Amino acid sequence: MLQGCTVLDATERLGWLAGRLLADLGAEVTKLEAPDADLGGAEWRALNVNKRVVRLDPASADGRERFERLARGADIFFCTPQPGDSPARLLELNPRLVVVAITPFGLTGPKADWLASDLEIMAAGGAMSLAGEPDGMPVRVSAPQAYAWAGAQAAVGALVAIHHRAASGRGQLVDVSAQSAVIVALAHAPAFVDVAGITPTRAGAYMTGRSVTGAKFRVFWRCRDGYLNFILYGGGAGRRTNEQLVDWMRSRAFDLGPLAGIDWGRWDPTIVTQDRVDAIELALERFFATVTKREFLEEAHRREMLGYPVSTVADIASDPHLEARGFWQDLPGPDGRAERHCGAFVVVDGVRSPLVAAEAEAAPIAGRA
Amino acid sequence: MKTGPQALEGLRIAEFGGYAAGPHVGKMLANFGATVIHVESRARPDGFRLQYPPYKDGKPGLEGSGCFALFNDSKLDVTLDLKNPGGLELARRLVATCDAVVENMRPGVMARVGLGYDTLKAPNPGLVMLSTCNMGQTGPRADTPGFGSQLTALAGMCHLTGEPDGPPMLLYGPYIDFIASTLGAVALLAALERRRATGKGAYLDVSQYECGLMFLAGPLLDFHANGRVAQRSGNDDPEAVLHGAYPCANGTWIAVSCWSQEEFRRLGDAIAPRPLAEWLAARDASAAAQALQAVGVHAHAVNTMADLFSDPQLAVREQWRRRTHPVIGEHAYCAPAFTLSETPAEITRAAPLLGADNRSVFRDLLGLTAGEYAAYEAAGAFE
Repeated sequence: MLQGCTVLDATERLGWLAGRLLADLGAEVTKLEAPDADLGGAEWRALNVNKRVVRLDPASADGRERFERLARGADIFFCTPQPGDSPARLLELNPRLVVVAITPFGLTGPKADWLASDLEIMAAGGAMSLAGEPDGMPVRVSAPQAYAWAGAQAAVGALVAIHHRAASGRGQLVDVSAQSAVIVALAHAPAFVDVAGITPTRAGAYMTGRSVTGAKFRVFWRCRDGYLNFILYGGGAGRRTNEQLVDWMRSRAFDLGPLAGIDWGRWDPTIVTQDRVDAIELALERFFATVTKREFLEEAHRREMLGYPVSTVADIASDPHLEARGFWQDLPGPDGRAERHCGAFVVVDGVRSPLVAAEAEAAPIAGRA
Repeated sequence: MKTGPQALEGLRIAEFGGYAAGPHVGKMLANFGATVIHVESRARPDGFRLQYPPYKDGKPGLEGSGCFALFNDSKLDVTLDLKNPGGLELARRLVATCDAVVENMRPGVMARVGLGYDTLKAPNPGLVMLSTCNMGQTGPRADTPGFGSQLTALAGMCHLTGEPDGPPMLLYGPYIDFIASTLGAVALLAALERRRATGKGAYLDVSQYECGLMFLAGPLLDFHANGRVAQRSGNDDPEAVLHGAYPCANGTWIAVSCWSQEEFRRLGDAIAPRPLAEWLAARDASAAAQALQAVGVHAHAVNTMADLFSDPQLAVREQWRRRTHPVIGEHAYCAPAFTLSETPAEITRAAPLLGADNRSVFRDLLGLTAGEYAAYEAAGAFE
């Protein structure tokens, strides 16, 4: 859909996903790398696939000249500037360019020059305060997420500005704050402070913020080969889920305990008290310990229940649903062996656009620039 | 509220569905000037209105939900009973005037109620339609109902959150919904760009599961290529010299990392002669972060939800914009994660009451006469 859109991508890791997303949609994305950059890491390959690579040294006269030629012909420029850089200056070179600067805190404000990696950005954006045991330390996701949040928002910003350019004829500066991008991930947690004067905190393997009584609900349950995610919900889908779970337990002649007498049509999680939740959950805990992750996935699907197993990357890699949708795509890796990538993130008019392997050779590509 | 021309002015988008995954797409575009019409019904209002706190004064009710408000500012709201022939007809007439439709029903539901893509695009061939659901529109589990708080587990993030010897953890809410809504907005804007250039519409099948996997693309490739199964590791990072969260004074926490021996030495010099834990315990996290940043060390307070409303950086960037909601009163709405130098974002209005804009949308935008409007109303179309 973005055929004809030319993207120049000079980002460090904080911005890699932005160009990848636009490349998946058909944009021609050129990734700039230093002559000696190591492009062999899994993270680099996963997020720079579908781009072409140009190696140049911005400190050399030749590198600067080639960079300016590329920037003059580009529609979008993604960068992750360092303190002191002025990416907006490129608008003088090419007034139609959409310049997207991706930084931890944005280009303005008292922390504009602060150093931050994934850990500090997840902390600054509030996500860490909501993850971890209630009496333990706040945690981040063990695989960096803040870079992806920033890159995804940068892609939105780039296309909003491209849309405006069609009317105005002019590009502009898009200033992305990774801290603000992480706030998007917090769901409705900030609203508790604002509307109710309550500060939500981390709840370990539980979930809070559902009942006005303050009751917490178990989310993660041990099963035979790992963990399941199951939550007592209300509403139509919650009612069906709870009824089907009881039916499943009954079909296994499992002791229903306090579940036997509940009318799920009238059960309401927004007002339920903690002792009632605890009694129900004790019965569920015993049942879940007897099922496997894959068994739960299939049975929950068959019964139209809410709930999923807690997958590892290995579980995800063998999920037949992704295979059936053609999600994975095999491309030649750096050693010539095929390697499997996440395919284009959206299916357009029934088609998932194929990816193209990142070209690692500098010489022939530089000639095209 | 408006200050100048906005980037997406002139775009019109109708939303069917509720909760986060669909409506958050519309919110992002509404903040840049698109006209977004959130379609609900009195029989089935958006689930965020009724099923999730916080509520004004702690009282559950249709119009007092802070959760609904957060994802629906800057929009118009209409009620249509899609099972009523008049309601369905008005939904079709509304979409015929739109550039795009966003829906997050279960696969097949839109077609079943008479709003499938083929039906909608017949009078409007350039229509862009974005369908977002847990598993995508096709595949063996396409019909799975699901919420993002649980899909985040299937997509691998929960397994990677927590201590190695403890249980997996949530990232509070439907984390993955917001990945899918953000990526969905990217796809929608790209389709609208093609529509502008060629007049061609598009049908976008967004699987929230697949979008989430883009945020773990590296670890997935690492498994496929090297067989490595990523595990949760608290706050450890194998590449850092120091990397963790530490308690500070007054119950605050700080995140600190060092990425070279040089940076680690700067940290040591700054806190000398005290050990790190002791130095941090004597300071508030914000003050400690300030001191460490001053010597070139990665550090930031672990912001609580309350801290997000007092963080000076977020204040300068106008992260929260206060608007007056007719029931909730004056409260905060979330601005976009990026600023535009020429066409700034705006929270054009507080979140709408249920059906608040029926009259203006159907009379003014669609051009119904007073008599026609009254007839639809009498027939129950707006229930």
